[in-house]
Amino acid sequence: MPSLKAIKKRITSVKNTRQITKAMKMVSAAKLRRAQENVVAARPYAQKLGEVLERLAKSSDVEGIPLLEKRVAEKALLIVVTSDRGLCGGFNANICKAAERFLKEKKSEYSEISLLTIGRKGHDFLKNRHRIWKNYANVLSSPNYQIAALIAREVIDGFLSEEYDEVFILYNAFRSVMSQDITLTQLLPIVPPAAEEEEHAPEYLYEPSKGELLKEILPKHIEVQVFRALLESVAAEHGARMTAMDSASKNATEMIGKLTLQYNRARQAAITKELMEIISGAESIKG
Amino acid sequence: MAEKITLELVTPYRKVLTEEVDEITATGALGEFGVLPGHAPLLTSLKIGELSYKKGGGVSHLALNWGYLEVKDDKAIVLVETAERADEIDLERAKAALGRAEEALKKLTIEDKDYRVMEAALERATIRMQVAAKAARK
Repeated sequence: MPSLKAIKKRITSVKNTRQITKAMKMVSAAKLRRAQENVVAARPYAQKLGEVLERLAKSSDVEGIPLLEKRVAEKALLIVVTSDRGLCGGFNANICKAAERFLKEKKSEYSEISLLTIGRKGHDFLKNRHRIWKNYANVLSSPNYQIAALIAREVIDGFLSEEYDEVFILYNAFRSVMSQDITLTQLLPIVPPAAEEEEHAPEYLYEPSKGELLKEILPKHIEVQVFRALLESVAAEHGARMTAMDSASKNATEMIGKLTLQYNRARQAAITKELMEIISGAESIKG
Repeated sequence: MAEKITLELVTPYRKVLTEEVDEITATGALGEFGVLPGHAPLLTSLKIGELSYKKGGGVSHLALNWGYLEVKDDKAIVLVETAERADEIDLERAKAALGRAEEALKKLTIEDKDYRVMEAALERATIRMQVAAKAARK
Protein backbone atom coordinates (compact mmCIF):
# COMPACT_ATOMS: atom_id res chain seq x y z
CA MET A 1 0.00 0.00 0.00
CA PRO A 2 1.41 3.41 -0.93
CA SER A 3 2.28 5.72 1.90
CA LEU A 4 -0.05 8.45 3.05
CA LYS A 5 2.25 11.09 1.70
CA ALA A 6 2.37 9.51 -1.75
CA ILE A 7 -1.42 9.36 -1.99
CA LYS A 8 -1.76 12.95 -0.87
CA LYS A 9 0.68 14.01 -3.54
CA ARG A 10 -1.27 12.21 -6.22
CA ILE A 11 -4.51 13.81 -5.13
CA THR A 12 -2.95 17.24 -5.44
CA SER A 13 -1.59 16.49 -8.87
CA VAL A 14 -4.91 15.17 -10.16
CA LYS A 15 -6.62 18.24 -8.75
CA ASN A 16 -4.24 20.45 -10.68
CA THR A 17 -4.93 18.53 -13.85
CA ARG A 18 -8.63 18.91 -13.31
CA GLN A 19 -8.25 22.61 -12.97
CA ILE A 20 -6.49 22.79 -16.32
CA THR A 21 -8.99 20.62 -18.13
CA LYS A 22 -11.84 22.63 -16.66
CA ALA A 23 -10.28 25.87 -17.82
CA MET A 24 -9.69 24.44 -21.29
CA LYS A 25 -13.27 23.38 -21.47
CA MET A 26 -14.47 26.86 -20.66
CA VAL A 27 -12.16 28.39 -23.25
CA SER A 28 -13.32 25.92 -25.89
CA ALA A 29 -16.93 26.62 -25.08
CA ALA A 30 -16.39 30.32 -25.65
CA LYS A 31 -14.45 29.74 -28.86
CA LEU A 32 -17.01 27.27 -30.07
CA ARG A 33 -19.73 29.84 -29.81
CA ARG A 34 -17.78 32.29 -31.92
CA ALA A 35 -16.87 29.60 -34.45
CA GLN A 36 -20.47 28.55 -34.71
CA GLU A 37 -21.54 32.11 -35.34
CA ASN A 38 -18.99 32.31 -38.13
CA VAL A 39 -20.33 29.17 -39.74
CA VAL A 40 -23.86 30.53 -39.64
CA ALA A 41 -22.76 33.92 -40.94
CA ALA A 42 -20.99 32.39 -43.91
CA ARG A 43 -23.96 30.31 -44.92
CA PRO A 44 -26.04 32.91 -46.80
CA TYR A 45 -23.11 33.84 -49.02
CA ALA A 46 -22.33 30.24 -49.90
CA GLN A 47 -25.98 29.52 -50.51
CA LYS A 48 -26.58 32.52 -52.74
CA LEU A 49 -23.43 31.86 -54.70
CA GLY A 50 -24.53 28.28 -55.17
CA GLU A 51 -27.87 29.47 -56.50
CA VAL A 52 -26.27 31.85 -58.95
CA LEU A 53 -23.89 29.15 -60.10
CA GLU A 54 -26.69 26.72 -60.56
CA ARG A 55 -28.66 29.13 -62.67
CA LEU A 56 -25.64 29.90 -64.81
CA ALA A 57 -24.62 26.30 -65.26
CA LYS A 58 -28.14 25.37 -66.18
CA SER A 59 -28.62 27.93 -68.85
CA SER A 60 -25.25 28.16 -70.48
CA ASP A 61 -22.88 26.08 -72.45
CA VAL A 62 -20.44 24.49 -70.05
CA GLU A 63 -18.17 23.02 -72.71
CA GLY A 64 -14.68 24.36 -72.80
CA ILE A 65 -14.57 25.85 -69.34
CA PRO A 66 -11.46 24.36 -67.77
CA LEU A 67 -12.72 24.21 -64.20
CA LEU A 68 -15.68 22.10 -65.25
CA GLU A 69 -13.78 19.87 -67.59
CA LYS A 70 -13.55 16.22 -66.68
CA ARG A 71 -10.20 14.78 -67.59
CA VAL A 72 -9.00 11.25 -67.36
CA ALA A 73 -8.29 11.09 -63.67
CA GLU A 74 -4.70 10.12 -63.12
CA LYS A 75 -3.36 12.36 -60.44
CA ALA A 76 -5.42 13.39 -57.49
CA LEU A 77 -4.99 15.85 -54.69
CA LEU A 78 -6.50 15.38 -51.29
CA ILE A 79 -6.87 18.33 -48.97
CA VAL A 80 -6.95 17.26 -45.35
CA VAL A 81 -8.18 19.76 -42.79
CA THR A 82 -7.04 19.06 -39.24
CA SER A 83 -6.32 21.24 -36.25
CA ASP A 84 -3.14 22.91 -35.13
CA ARG A 85 -3.48 21.79 -31.55
CA GLY A 86 -4.14 18.51 -29.91
CA LEU A 87 -6.13 17.59 -26.82
CA CYS A 88 -9.38 17.36 -28.67
CA GLY A 89 -10.24 13.70 -28.42
CA GLY A 90 -10.36 11.69 -31.59
CA PHE A 91 -10.77 14.73 -33.80
CA ASN A 92 -7.45 14.52 -35.62
CA ALA A 93 -7.02 10.77 -35.37
CA ASN A 94 -10.36 10.20 -37.06
CA ILE A 95 -9.64 12.50 -39.94
CA CYS A 96 -6.18 11.04 -40.45
CA LYS A 97 -7.59 7.55 -40.44
CA ALA A 98 -10.17 8.59 -43.00
CA ALA A 99 -7.38 10.05 -45.12
CA GLU A 100 -5.43 6.80 -44.88
CA ARG A 101 -8.47 4.86 -45.88
CA PHE A 102 -9.08 7.14 -48.84
CA LEU A 103 -5.49 6.75 -49.97
CA LYS A 104 -5.65 3.00 -49.69
CA GLU A 105 -8.96 2.63 -51.48
CA LYS A 106 -8.14 4.98 -54.32
CA LYS A 107 -4.60 3.79 -54.83
CA SER A 108 -5.61 1.66 -57.76
CA GLU A 109 -7.65 4.41 -59.42
CA TYR A 110 -4.96 7.03 -59.61
CA SER A 111 -1.32 6.83 -60.50
CA GLU A 112 -0.52 9.32 -57.80
CA ILE A 113 -2.29 10.97 -54.90
CA SER A 114 -0.76 14.02 -53.30
CA LEU A 115 -1.75 15.70 -50.12
CA LEU A 116 -2.30 19.23 -49.04
CA THR A 117 -2.62 19.53 -45.31
CA ILE A 118 -4.18 22.36 -43.40
CA GLY A 119 -3.33 22.28 -39.73
CA ARG A 120 -0.21 21.07 -37.98
CA LYS A 121 -1.57 17.80 -36.61
CA GLY A 122 -2.47 16.30 -39.94
CA HIS A 123 0.87 17.27 -41.38
CA ASP A 124 2.74 15.66 -38.50
CA PHE A 125 0.76 12.48 -38.89
CA LEU A 126 0.91 12.12 -42.65
CA LYS A 127 4.29 13.55 -43.56
CA ASN A 128 6.24 10.37 -42.91
CA ARG A 129 4.05 8.17 -44.97
CA HIS A 130 3.00 10.19 -47.96
CA ARG A 131 4.04 12.94 -50.25
CA ILE A 132 2.83 16.26 -48.93
CA TRP A 133 2.48 18.79 -51.67
CA LYS A 134 1.85 21.78 -49.46
CA ASN A 135 1.13 22.46 -45.87
CA TYR A 136 -0.65 25.33 -44.24
CA ALA A 137 -0.18 25.40 -40.50
CA ASN A 138 -1.27 27.97 -37.96
CA VAL A 139 -3.96 29.41 -40.19
CA LEU A 140 -6.84 28.08 -38.17
CA SER A 141 -6.71 30.23 -35.08
CA SER A 142 -8.71 32.84 -36.96
CA PRO A 143 -9.88 31.46 -40.27
CA ASN A 144 -10.39 34.28 -42.72
CA TYR A 145 -11.47 34.48 -46.29
CA GLN A 146 -8.09 35.63 -47.55
CA ILE A 147 -6.42 32.42 -46.46
CA ALA A 148 -9.17 30.32 -47.97
CA ALA A 149 -8.85 32.29 -51.20
CA LEU A 150 -5.09 31.78 -51.19
CA ILE A 151 -5.42 28.03 -50.76
CA ALA A 152 -8.14 27.91 -53.41
CA ARG A 153 -5.91 29.78 -55.85
CA GLU A 154 -3.07 27.33 -55.31
CA VAL A 155 -5.37 24.41 -55.88
CA ILE A 156 -6.91 25.94 -58.98
CA ASP A 157 -3.49 26.66 -60.41
CA GLY A 158 -2.48 23.08 -59.73
CA PHE A 159 -5.57 21.87 -61.50
CA LEU A 160 -5.20 24.16 -64.49
CA SER A 161 -1.56 23.27 -64.99
CA GLU A 162 -2.73 19.66 -65.06
CA GLU A 163 -0.68 18.82 -62.02
CA TYR A 164 -3.85 17.31 -60.63
CA ASP A 165 -6.88 15.98 -62.42
CA GLU A 166 -9.15 15.73 -59.44
CA VAL A 167 -9.18 17.51 -56.11
CA PHE A 168 -10.96 16.39 -52.97
CA ILE A 169 -11.29 17.99 -49.60
CA LEU A 170 -11.64 16.03 -46.39
CA TYR A 171 -12.74 17.77 -43.23
CA ASN A 172 -14.72 17.44 -40.05
CA ALA A 173 -18.10 19.03 -40.51
CA PHE A 174 -19.71 20.45 -37.44
CA ARG A 175 -22.91 18.63 -36.66
CA SER A 176 -23.31 19.19 -32.95
CA VAL A 177 -21.06 19.80 -29.99
CA MET A 178 -20.81 16.08 -29.42
CA SER A 179 -20.39 14.82 -32.93
CA GLN A 180 -18.52 15.64 -36.10
CA ASP A 181 -19.15 14.29 -39.54
CA ILE A 182 -16.16 13.39 -41.59
CA THR A 183 -16.98 14.84 -44.96
CA LEU A 184 -15.34 14.20 -48.29
CA THR A 185 -16.23 16.56 -51.11
CA GLN A 186 -14.98 16.80 -54.63
CA LEU A 187 -13.71 20.30 -55.30
CA LEU A 188 -12.46 19.99 -58.84
CA PRO A 189 -13.55 19.54 -61.50
CA ILE A 190 -16.66 21.29 -60.30
CA VAL A 191 -19.69 19.12 -60.60
CA PRO A 192 -22.38 21.42 -61.92
CA PRO A 193 -25.50 21.25 -59.82
CA ALA A 194 -28.14 19.01 -61.29
CA ALA A 195 -30.14 20.93 -63.84
CA GLU A 196 -33.71 20.94 -62.74
CA GLU A 197 -36.16 22.04 -65.33
CA GLU A 198 -37.99 25.04 -64.05
CA GLU A 199 -41.47 25.61 -65.27
CA HIS A 200 -40.81 29.08 -66.46
CA ALA A 201 -37.26 30.21 -66.37
CA PRO A 202 -37.27 33.98 -66.59
CA GLU A 203 -35.01 35.35 -69.25
CA TYR A 204 -32.03 36.97 -67.60
CA LEU A 205 -29.87 39.79 -68.79
CA TYR A 206 -26.21 38.99 -68.39
CA GLU A 207 -23.41 41.47 -68.12
CA PRO A 208 -20.86 40.57 -69.40
CA SER A 209 -21.75 37.35 -71.22
CA LYS A 210 -22.84 34.20 -69.45
CA GLY A 211 -19.61 32.39 -70.20
CA GLU A 212 -17.53 35.24 -68.82
CA LEU A 213 -19.61 35.34 -65.68
CA LEU A 214 -19.34 31.63 -65.20
CA LYS A 215 -15.60 31.76 -65.62
CA GLU A 216 -15.37 34.37 -62.92
CA ILE A 217 -17.77 32.79 -60.54
CA LEU A 218 -16.31 29.29 -60.53
CA PRO A 219 -13.07 30.17 -58.73
CA LYS A 220 -15.17 32.03 -56.18
CA HIS A 221 -17.16 28.89 -55.69
CA ILE A 222 -13.98 26.97 -54.84
CA GLU A 223 -12.90 29.69 -52.45
CA VAL A 224 -16.20 29.61 -50.66
CA GLN A 225 -16.08 25.83 -50.39
CA VAL A 226 -12.61 25.93 -48.87
CA PHE A 227 -13.65 28.74 -46.56
CA ARG A 228 -16.66 26.79 -45.41
CA ALA A 229 -14.58 23.68 -44.80
CA LEU A 230 -12.19 25.72 -42.66
CA LEU A 231 -14.97 27.27 -40.62
CA GLU A 232 -16.74 23.97 -40.13
CA SER A 233 -13.54 22.27 -39.12
CA VAL A 234 -12.70 24.97 -36.58
CA ALA A 235 -16.15 24.77 -35.03
CA ALA A 236 -15.93 20.98 -34.93
CA GLU A 237 -12.50 21.17 -33.35
CA HIS A 238 -13.69 23.34 -30.50
CA GLY A 239 -16.71 21.12 -30.02
CA ALA A 240 -14.51 18.04 -29.89
CA ARG A 241 -12.11 19.68 -27.48
CA MET A 242 -14.92 20.78 -25.24
CA THR A 243 -16.31 17.27 -25.06
CA ALA A 244 -12.89 15.74 -24.50
CA MET A 245 -12.06 18.18 -21.74
CA ASP A 246 -15.43 17.68 -20.14
CA SER A 247 -14.92 13.94 -19.87
CA ALA A 248 -11.34 14.48 -18.70
CA SER A 249 -12.62 16.69 -15.90
CA LYS A 250 -15.18 14.08 -14.98
CA ASN A 251 -12.55 11.36 -14.91
CA ALA A 252 -10.34 13.50 -12.73
CA THR A 253 -13.18 14.04 -10.26
CA GLU A 254 -13.81 10.32 -10.14
CA MET A 255 -10.14 9.63 -9.59
CA ILE A 256 -9.93 12.15 -6.78
CA GLY A 257 -12.84 10.39 -5.10
CA LYS A 258 -11.11 7.05 -5.35
CA LEU A 259 -7.82 8.39 -4.09
CA THR A 260 -9.48 10.17 -1.19
CA LEU A 261 -11.10 6.92 -0.17
CA GLN A 262 -7.77 5.18 -0.35
CA TYR A 263 -6.17 7.95 1.66
CA ASN A 264 -8.77 7.74 4.40
CA ARG A 265 -8.46 3.99 4.59
CA ALA A 266 -4.72 4.19 4.88
CA ARG A 267 -5.06 6.82 7.59
CA GLN A 268 -7.51 4.70 9.53
CA ALA A 269 -5.30 1.64 9.19
CA ALA A 270 -2.37 3.61 10.57
CA ILE A 271 -4.42 4.80 13.56
CA THR A 272 -5.66 1.30 14.29
CA LYS A 273 -2.15 0.00 14.13
CA GLU A 274 -0.92 2.63 16.55
CA LEU A 275 -3.76 1.92 18.97
CA MET A 276 -3.02 -1.78 18.87
CA GLU A 277 0.60 -1.10 19.66
CA ILE A 278 -0.27 1.12 22.61
CA ILE A 279 -2.79 -1.36 24.01
CA SER A 280 -0.48 -4.31 23.67
CA GLY A 281 2.33 -2.26 25.26
CA ALA A 282 0.08 -1.37 28.19
CA GLU A 283 -1.00 -4.98 28.51
CA SER A 284 2.58 -6.18 28.77
CA ILE A 285 3.46 -3.61 31.46
CA LYS A 286 0.36 -4.58 33.46
CA GLY A 287 1.29 -8.22 33.26
CA MET B 1 -45.45 47.44 -60.36
CA ALA B 2 -43.86 47.31 -56.99
CA GLU B 3 -42.75 50.59 -55.56
CA LYS B 4 -39.75 49.30 -53.72
CA ILE B 5 -36.92 46.92 -54.33
CA THR B 6 -35.35 44.77 -51.67
CA LEU B 7 -31.61 45.07 -51.46
CA GLU B 8 -29.66 42.29 -49.83
CA LEU B 9 -25.93 42.58 -49.37
CA VAL B 10 -24.04 39.46 -48.39
CA THR B 11 -20.34 38.89 -47.68
CA PRO B 12 -18.66 35.66 -46.56
CA TYR B 13 -18.59 37.01 -43.03
CA ARG B 14 -22.10 38.30 -42.60
CA LYS B 15 -25.21 39.70 -44.12
CA VAL B 16 -24.44 43.37 -44.28
CA LEU B 17 -27.89 44.69 -44.93
CA THR B 18 -31.39 43.86 -46.00
CA GLU B 19 -33.45 46.88 -46.84
CA GLU B 20 -36.34 48.11 -48.89
CA VAL B 21 -34.99 50.79 -51.16
CA ASP B 22 -36.19 53.00 -53.98
CA GLU B 23 -33.20 52.87 -56.28
CA ILE B 24 -29.80 51.23 -56.50
CA THR B 25 -26.78 52.48 -58.38
CA ALA B 26 -23.70 50.30 -58.78
CA THR B 27 -20.58 49.95 -60.88
CA GLY B 28 -20.86 46.92 -63.11
CA ALA B 29 -18.36 45.26 -65.37
CA LEU B 30 -19.58 47.43 -68.24
CA GLY B 31 -19.95 50.64 -66.27
CA GLU B 32 -22.27 52.31 -63.86
CA PHE B 33 -25.90 51.34 -63.94
CA GLY B 34 -29.05 51.87 -61.97
CA VAL B 35 -31.72 49.47 -60.82
CA LEU B 36 -35.28 50.61 -60.25
CA PRO B 37 -38.24 48.56 -59.05
CA GLY B 38 -39.59 46.38 -61.82
CA HIS B 39 -36.20 45.78 -63.38
CA ALA B 40 -35.85 42.76 -65.64
CA PRO B 41 -33.94 39.81 -64.23
CA LEU B 42 -30.24 40.62 -64.40
CA LEU B 43 -27.00 39.03 -63.39
CA THR B 44 -23.85 41.05 -63.57
CA SER B 45 -20.41 41.18 -62.08
CA LEU B 46 -19.39 44.25 -60.15
CA LYS B 47 -16.07 45.96 -60.25
CA ILE B 48 -14.31 47.46 -57.29
CA GLY B 49 -16.48 50.45 -56.84
CA GLU B 50 -19.27 52.22 -55.18
CA LEU B 51 -22.80 51.13 -54.53
CA SER B 52 -25.39 53.61 -53.46
CA TYR B 53 -29.02 53.30 -52.78
CA LYS B 54 -31.84 55.74 -52.27
CA LYS B 55 -34.26 55.24 -49.51
CA GLY B 56 -36.86 57.80 -48.60
CA GLY B 57 -35.08 61.08 -49.16
CA GLY B 58 -31.58 59.94 -48.24
CA VAL B 59 -28.81 58.32 -50.19
CA SER B 60 -26.43 55.81 -48.63
CA HIS B 61 -23.08 54.85 -50.02
CA LEU B 62 -21.01 51.71 -49.69
CA ALA B 63 -17.56 50.77 -50.92
CA LEU B 64 -17.53 47.36 -52.55
CA ASN B 65 -14.76 45.05 -53.48
CA TRP B 66 -15.53 42.80 -56.42
CA GLY B 67 -18.72 40.83 -56.53
CA TYR B 68 -22.02 40.07 -58.20
CA LEU B 69 -25.41 41.59 -58.40
CA GLU B 70 -28.50 39.65 -59.19
CA VAL B 71 -31.91 41.17 -59.74
CA LYS B 72 -34.99 39.04 -59.75
CA ASP B 73 -38.58 39.77 -58.85
CA ASP B 74 -37.83 43.13 -57.28
CA LYS B 75 -35.10 41.65 -55.18
CA ALA B 76 -31.49 42.62 -55.63
CA ILE B 77 -28.91 40.33 -54.14
CA VAL B 78 -25.35 41.56 -53.98
CA LEU B 79 -22.58 39.07 -53.29
CA VAL B 80 -19.31 40.76 -52.48
CA GLU B 81 -16.09 39.92 -50.74
CA THR B 82 -16.03 43.05 -48.67
CA ALA B 83 -18.48 45.86 -48.24
CA GLU B 84 -18.10 48.87 -46.04
CA ARG B 85 -20.64 51.50 -45.24
CA ALA B 86 -19.42 55.02 -45.64
CA ASP B 87 -19.36 55.58 -41.90
CA GLU B 88 -17.40 52.39 -41.30
CA ILE B 89 -14.51 53.36 -43.50
CA ASP B 90 -11.25 54.02 -41.74
CA LEU B 91 -10.00 57.00 -43.67
CA GLU B 92 -6.55 56.91 -42.14
CA ARG B 93 -6.11 53.30 -43.15
CA ALA B 94 -7.35 53.96 -46.65
CA LYS B 95 -4.91 56.82 -47.01
CA ALA B 96 -2.06 54.67 -45.76
CA ALA B 97 -3.05 51.89 -48.15
CA LEU B 98 -3.19 54.37 -51.00
CA GLY B 99 0.30 55.58 -50.17
CA ARG B 100 1.64 52.05 -49.97
CA ALA B 101 0.06 51.02 -53.24
CA GLU B 102 1.40 54.09 -55.03
CA GLU B 103 4.88 53.45 -53.71
CA ALA B 104 4.78 49.84 -54.78
CA LEU B 105 3.43 50.66 -58.22
CA LYS B 106 6.31 53.02 -58.89
CA LYS B 107 8.76 50.20 -58.42
CA LEU B 108 6.87 47.56 -60.37
CA THR B 109 6.48 47.23 -64.08
CA ILE B 110 3.34 46.09 -65.81
CA GLU B 111 4.75 42.62 -66.35
CA ASP B 112 5.13 41.93 -62.65
CA LYS B 113 2.69 39.58 -61.07
CA ASP B 114 2.18 41.92 -58.17
CA TYR B 115 1.35 44.83 -60.41
CA ARG B 116 -2.28 43.94 -60.75
CA VAL B 117 -2.57 43.16 -57.06
CA MET B 118 -1.25 46.56 -56.16
CA GLU B 119 -3.37 48.20 -58.81
CA ALA B 120 -6.44 46.63 -57.25
CA ALA B 121 -5.31 47.81 -53.83
CA LEU B 122 -4.93 51.30 -55.20
CA GLU B 123 -8.40 51.18 -56.68
CA ARG B 124 -9.90 49.94 -53.44
CA ALA B 125 -8.26 52.66 -51.43
CA THR B 126 -9.39 55.32 -53.88
CA ILE B 127 -12.97 54.12 -53.79
CA ARG B 128 -12.97 54.00 -50.01
CA MET B 129 -11.79 57.57 -49.84
CA GLN B 130 -14.35 58.69 -52.39
CA VAL B 131 -17.18 57.05 -50.52
CA ALA B 132 -16.02 58.40 -47.19
CA ALA B 133 -15.78 61.86 -48.66
CA LYS B 134 -19.35 61.67 -49.93
CA ALA B 135 -20.59 60.66 -46.54
CA ALA B 136 -18.69 63.48 -44.89
CA ARG B 137 -20.19 66.07 -47.20
CA LYS B 138 -23.68 65.32 -46.05
